[in-house]
Amino acid sequence: MSDIVNIALGGGGKQFQKFLKDIILNYLGNDILNRLGDASYINLSGEISYSTDSFIIDPEFFRGGDIGKLAVYGTCNDLVVSGAKPEYLSLSFIVSEGYRYDKLERIVQSIKEASIDVGVKIVAGDTKVIPRLEREQILINTSGLGKVIKKLNDYNNIRVGDMVIFTSDIARHGISILLEREGVEHNIESDCGNLWNIFSKLDYKYIKFARDATRGGVAAVLNEISNMSGLGFEIDEKLINIDERVKYFCEFFGYDPLQIANEGLAVIVVDSSGVDSIMGILKSLNMGKNASVVGTVIEDKKVMLNTYIGGRRYVEMPYGEILPRIC
Amino acid sequence: MNWIESFRDKEIVENLLKKIEYHILPDKEYKIMEICGTHTVSISRSGLRYILPKSVRLISGPGCPVCVTAQGEIDAVFELLKNNKNLTIAVYGDLIRVPGSDGKSLLDYRGNGYKVKIIHSVLDILKYAQHSNDEIVFVSIGFETTTPQTAFLILEAFKKDINNLSILVFNKTMPEVIDVLLSDENLQIDGFLCPGHVSAVTGDELYLPMVRRGKAAAISGFEPVDVLYGILSIIEQVNNKEFKIVNNYKRVVKGEKNKVAFELINNVFEPSDAIWRGIGLIKNSGLKIKKGYQQYDAIKRYGIKFPDYSEKKGCRCGDVLKGYITPDECELFGVVCTADNPYGPCMVSSEGTCAAYYQFGGRFE
Repeated sequence: MSDIVNIALGGGGKQFQKFLKDIILNYLGNDILNRLGDASYINLSGEISYSTDSFIIDPEFFRGGDIGKLAVYGTCNDLVVSGAKPEYLSLSFIVSEGYRYDKLERIVQSIKEASIDVGVKIVAGDTKVIPRLEREQILINTSGLGKVIKKLNDYNNIRVGDMVIFTSDIARHGISILLEREGVEHNIESDCGNLWNIFSKLDYKYIKFARDATRGGVAAVLNEISNMSGLGFEIDEKLINIDERVKYFCEFFGYDPLQIANEGLAVIVVDSSGVDSIMGILKSLNMGKNASVVGTVIEDKKVMLNTYIGGRRYVEMPYGEILPRIC
Repeated sequence: MNWIESFRDKEIVENLLKKIEYHILPDKEYKIMEICGTHTVSISRSGLRYILPKSVRLISGPGCPVCVTAQGEIDAVFELLKNNKNLTIAVYGDLIRVPGSDGKSLLDYRGNGYKVKIIHSVLDILKYAQHSNDEIVFVSIGFETTTPQTAFLILEAFKKDINNLSILVFNKTMPEVIDVLLSDENLQIDGFLCPGHVSAVTGDELYLPMVRRGKAAAISGFEPVDVLYGILSIIEQVNNKEFKIVNNYKRVVKGEKNKVAFELINNVFEPSDAIWRGIGLIKNSGLKIKKGYQQYDAIKRYGIKFPDYSEKKGCRCGDVLKGYITPDECELFGVVCTADNPYGPCMVSSEGTCAAYYQFGGRFE
């Protein structure tokens, strides 16, 4: 086999068979996938949750993770914050010609590790090859099925006086990727991680609503919840944890850390009576050790921030593309 | 406490606020203009307007480079792209969302297959130009703080014999616009919060005309403590009617002109007239590339003609820039002109006064 992907891999012939056996089944094989049917048969009873997400990232390998890990955790985290335990995943690659097999293999290996961590089985998949664009690239789509433990996606559960918790320090993923892209030497690891580690321990007790704060950061999530629930938030800047190095680089580039992406952080709205219990559990977990209660739900449909100096300002929904400032 | 934190310390802030409250005269309104976009953002982001006494009014001046770029010039960039499909346009991030007269931005053009690159520094352009066969046009905006970088880019390109690069120079200079502001009888400003990093290049002399005309001037850094300290100096000067340039940013600014930066600028550029959005033509307030480097002048290379209009209909960015009105006094603000769908430049740039008001709120009265 050549050391790079060529168009023949997508053709379903000998090349594909070899890839399937040597890479996919070798790492990800299980009793369901190994049957190699056109579709899989799975057993799931009761209410299920279903989600899908696509992943494209430059660079594909970064401090604290890679696109493979991201593709597993990303979809599973969406299930987890919706109140479901992830059970099964589908996995599709779209690879451009020229992509190196050893990189592909590293990604699949990483997918294996992440899926063991979450406890999901990969039960369906597909691989397509596209002509090489500007550079060789890989895109991954995963979709996931989870068993519902507690239906969390109901904005009506949120009440004035509920408390807001960030389960970790903010903005690590976005800044780590940005620095990697800019070729800046750094040691900031992405927070790319498995939220099931947290929610399985919390057992969804006292939690009224949860969302992972990926693109757009905590600013986007808080605004989304505010828009949908008709309520608002008052949060305190000094209560939000942020790594000193991340803070430094945000200052340097002129970014607002509230708008920077996370990959292992959930914003949770909890009944105020359960705050101590939840924080106790979070603090005992590696992923939750930097968790903090950052504010409360208020009547006024706005996201308000009390700044560290005692000032006040809105936190707006980010535009979409985080842009560096001129000077 | 680390270096940054001490300039954001709540206790120091509270003490400064107490001092400000102590010094303000009961019937006096203090109108203070910050001329620099970085100050505008810092003030908004830290929520300073909310804690300052009501009689201290902060007005944002013409210090956001995107905001003062004429609509005709912005439209000319789009025309240039449309007429040269293979061209790569390089811009600082703030320009990418600025809408042309037809409402389309560079992001839209990029989506349609045109080549648009966001850069962090001119070094990105040098690298790109050296490793690519594409014709690149850098749209250069900014004041004294960013102009030396563009000058450096041109000199380096010249030294390295890079020929696939040209520059559309929209850079502007501060002294002339400050003069226009000071000569405007309608403009009631008591003092200016002067940008520390501009002073690091121009030296203190930039602000001499202010004090000569009986306005207070305080050179300030960009943290809340810096800004409050600057405001306090201005209030004291106004009360005592003793106007001088107070430098509160001595940890960075020494008061002298940065010779290296000015040499770079003077080597490559000479003064030319410039149109400021919302203000109009100001003599000698712009820059053009000198004869020896004209191969890098995009205007010459592509025969660019600029439409003569400077702003869109109904847009009051000009009045905002001059501090006549606050953004929420403009009829378009928050209705036709929002952060998602900006109509005027002050809403587009992250340094723009309207964007800062929209994003972070005003006084919450």
